[in-house]
Amino acid sequence: MKKFLSMFKKNKATGKRNTYLIMGTIITGLIVIIVLVGLFYTPYSPTKMDSSAKLQGFSFKHIMGTDHMGRDVFSRVVYGSRITLAIATFTVLIGAGLGTIIGAITGYFGGILDEFTMRVVDAMLAFPSILLSLVFVSLFGTGTYQVAIALGISFVPSFARIVRGEVLRCKNMDYVEVARLQGVSDLRIIFVHILPNITGVLVSTIMIGFNNAVLAEAGLSFLGIGSQPPYASLGNMLSDAQSYLFSRPSYVLGIGATIVLMVLGFSFLSEGMKRWK
Amino acid sequence: MGSDKVIQIKNLNVFYKNHKKSPLSKDRKVHVLKGVDLDVYEGEILGLAGESGCGKSTLAKAIVGMNKDFTGEIIQKYQDAQMVFQDPYSSLNPSKKIGWLLAEPLKVDKTKKWTKEEIDAKVKEIIKAIGLTENMLGRYPDQLSGGQRQRVSIGVALMRSPKVLIADEPVSALDVTIQAQILELLQNLHKEYGITILFISHDLRVIYQICDHVAVMRGGIIEEYGAPKEVYKNPKCDYTKELLVSAGIK
Ligand SMILES: Nc1ncnc2c1ncn2[C@@H]1O[C@H](COP(=O)(O)OP(=O)(O)O)[C@@H](O)[C@H]1O
Ligand SMILES: [Mg+2]
Repeated sequence: MKKFLSMFKKNKATGKRNTYLIMGTIITGLIVIIVLVGLFYTPYSPTKMDSSAKLQGFSFKHIMGTDHMGRDVFSRVVYGSRITLAIATFTVLIGAGLGTIIGAITGYFGGILDEFTMRVVDAMLAFPSILLSLVFVSLFGTGTYQVAIALGISFVPSFARIVRGEVLRCKNMDYVEVARLQGVSDLRIIFVHILPNITGVLVSTIMIGFNNAVLAEAGLSFLGIGSQPPYASLGNMLSDAQSYLFSRPSYVLGIGATIVLMVLGFSFLSEGMKRWK
Repeated sequence: MGSDKVIQIKNLNVFYKNHKKSPLSKDRKVHVLKGVDLDVYEGEILGLAGESGCGKSTLAKAIVGMNKDFTGEIIQKYQDAQMVFQDPYSSLNPSKKIGWLLAEPLKVDKTKKWTKEEIDAKVKEIIKAIGLTENMLGRYPDQLSGGQRQRVSIGVALMRSPKVLIADEPVSALDVTIQAQILELLQNLHKEYGITILFISHDLRVIYQICDHVAVMRGGIIEEYGAPKEVYKNPKCDYTKELLVSAGIK
């Protein structure tokens, strides 16, 4: 925690603040706080329709206006952000969890297993991840959980590759030899001795992962195969809003801006963490 | 006879894979040690000299079991030899505190189950023995100087009280003044714990200071062996003479 707070101070060596990290933390923190508050309170019910107040612009009553069914867009955005963030978290957990285990083990042991796994990873990475997730969605079906699992699996290869590279870098260090000499088991070397040394890269990759997960989920939902109404994610809402792009641009604007802000927050965080230290 | 020898090496040949050659080429192995015979006596400090690349580390790693591809014999009286590496910056795990690094060899000890109290006591004993203070236990390696790190490396190697310590160029990466301190530490530990040390260095002057015997290696062969004084006075091979000259002794 102390270490976390120290990142906001000026770097002693360069005398510069890590602006990326600060901006990222503020943006992401704000979104997370609003979403958390939204668990208990939103200005309106996200599903309450009011036929007398359809497609209104920005106002104090409805800060992001209302949609084509007279629902408060801000309340819906808070609710949709929760769904989007939940899917992104789940996706990153699967991708980072499985990816780390696979990458660490193949990188450490090498050999035929490594060779085989990396060829599979290469093959998967050769496809755009959205295409890959489409394939998995067609296997698992549509729905919030299915989409999260599909996205998660499509994220495994990139995590596996990055972790493998880091483990390769570490495994020839003398401290690993020292551990082997002491008779430390291979699994303990991998997970206790080596992994803590790659958390920096891992955390920064996880932030990019969040970023990509938000975009991918929005993309899938936009295509109509993401989470299904009434559990509208930001992507679903954007898809609904697109027909009013020209007649009522304010409708799209609130939703679009939220997605952009979310992605921006995560990419700032990731960039900031890379520059940290 | 032989009981006073802690390590006997007989006609040792060690091979490495040659990564440069194609998989189809016949000689895919590099022959690094070419028939090494060497005895290490109990309680001595044996110096192993030789220019960089002659195979000193290869021999050390073969003794501790890190080189598996060898022919010949390595007979050890005790099976507990520990090793200290040259580079104190890569031999300590940067994400662990000194206290953790010292405790780890006991936590994974297969021959004895250590209680937390026993581990703490041993860690405190060793941190004192290597000339550091207890407040360093909470530090990370990058908060230590090169010399202090090398002390910790030596401490980690000593945790399970090995009878044999192999120090592979433990001072080559350090400043001259720090070198002297680490050499003194090794000599003290040698006296205090009666530990046998195989001391590897490319610097004959350092070996002259602390060793009971010296072995000079060249191209994977031991070319000369004896007490330092005699070897330095009348070296038998030209190579030893060259080394002495380049070390500024002759
Ligand atoms: N892992 C390895 N694979 C292939 N060749 C190696 C390896 N380690 C060392 N060698 C080669 O073996 C020779 C001896 O190396 P080394 O024992 O490290 O020498 P020294 O410690 O005396 O400087 C060198 O020529 C070196 O290039
Ligand atoms: Mg060496």
